Order: sequence, then structure tokens, then C-alpha cells
Amino acid sequence: MIITNVETIPGKTISKHFGLVQGNTIRAKHVGRDIMASFKNIFGGELTGYTELLSESRDEATDRMVAQAEALGANAILNVRFSTSSVTQGAAELYAYGTAVLLE
Amino acid sequence: MIDVAIFLSLLVSGYLFGQFFERKHYRSILEREKNTLHVPLLTLKVMPSALKRCDAALVTGNVVVSVDYFKRFLAGLRAIVGGRVKSYESLVDRARREAILRMKEQAIGRGAVVVTNVRIETSSISKGQGKAIGSIEVLAYGTAISPFRP
Repeated sequence: MIITNVETIPGKTISKHFGLVQGNTIRAKHVGRDIMASFKNIFGGELTGYTELLSESRDEATDRMVAQAEALGANAILNVRFSTSSVTQGAAELYAYGTAVLLE
Repeated sequence: MIDVAIFLSLLVSGYLFGQFFERKHYRSILEREKNTLHVPLLTLKVMPSALKRCDAALVTGNVVVSVDYFKRFLAGLRAIVGGRVKSYESLVDRARREAILRMKEQAIGRGAVVVTNVRIETSSISKGQGKAIGSIEVLAYGTAISPFRP
């Protein structure tokens, strides 16, 4: 599966379009990480726990998008976009979407 | 009295540790930026014309950073008189450059020659929590182009 955020790949042509595929996940942070984060809140710096949490969640959203594309019979997803939104307090939604195509 | 003492010690430790971590981080950013100069980043949706065939893959880099107690205090003062909040500018700048570097390092790991269509997204993950953690997430993503490997 080729995943890119551009529209064409040199040397390859799009033979079929499958349309939009998407994947999302909503994650809440857990208390342990929150306590660590509140310490960091005094001293500043990177919140490693949150960085990992968000990147894991984004991977999961991407995996769901890929699963959807595979079910359609696509071998690539082009023009992928990510978006993040906070749904409720302490939870974030990670969303990935793109166009599933068949490349040759 | 105790309240004031706690407040002052938070302020001082926030200032000292915050400055220390920021300097350390900037040193590491500058060094890594110098080491990764050979891979250009483009925000255009173009492909290198020199390559007839190439491999393309999505690369991402993200980071969550928190503001320290002293900076938040400064920003609070700033909110009264208005104007440039310098203390937050360096925080966001640092986060963005770190996210870009992580993306770039991932691209270099895949043997990329260029990263096209770089997009940077910033979001606050603590919005609406009142006094809670002032932290932001920066995500950088793009398409890493590497020479075709059969």
C-alpha cells in the first residue's frame, strides 16, 4: 500500500479511482500521564507521553483508512490529509482521509 | 504567606528549568537542522523531474510541548496590556521545528532525496480546560521521495 499526500507518482498511472477513504479514532489520555504532564507544566518541555499517545492514535486512524482502501481493492491512497479536533474535555479525535486508487 | 512562597518557588523553578530546557532544545535543534540540510523540504505538490520512477511514502513527525509556569505568568501579564507574547512564540517555534525534524529524520531513514508537499498542523490539545495544561501538538507530514528500488 502506497500512502502519499501528493496527487501523482512518476512512472505510475492511476487506472481506477475508488473515491474517499477515511479512518478516525478518539482517544482519551489516562490519569498517570496527566499527573506527569502537570509536573511538566511547571518546568516546560516536551510531554513525551502525549506525543506517543497521539502518534499511536494517528497510526490507528491511518490503519483504519488503509483497511477500508484494501477492502475496495485499491493499492494506493493519494492526497492524504490529517486533522485533529478536541471533541470533549481530555479527548481528541484524530482523523485521516484520502483518495483510494489503483496504480499501475 | 505559604501561598506566596509556593507561588514564588513555582515561578523561580519554572524560570530556571524552563530556560535550561529551552536552551538545550535549541542547541539540539540547530545541530540536527545542520545535519539534515541535504534533504530539502518543499511545500509544493511537485515531483523532482530528474526521477523517472520513484518510491513515495508518507512521513510524519509530531510533538506535544507544554509551556512552563514562568512563561504562563508572563503571558497572563501580557493579556492585561496586550501586545506580542514573546514567551509563547519561542515555544511554538521550538515545537514546529522539532516536528519538522522528526519528519525529516524519518524520511532520511527511508533513503529519501526530497520531501514534497509538506504540511504543518498545530492544535491545542488542552482547549477549554481552564487552568489545566497549556500544551500544543504540532504535526508535520509530507511525501518522502526516494529513488526507485525494484
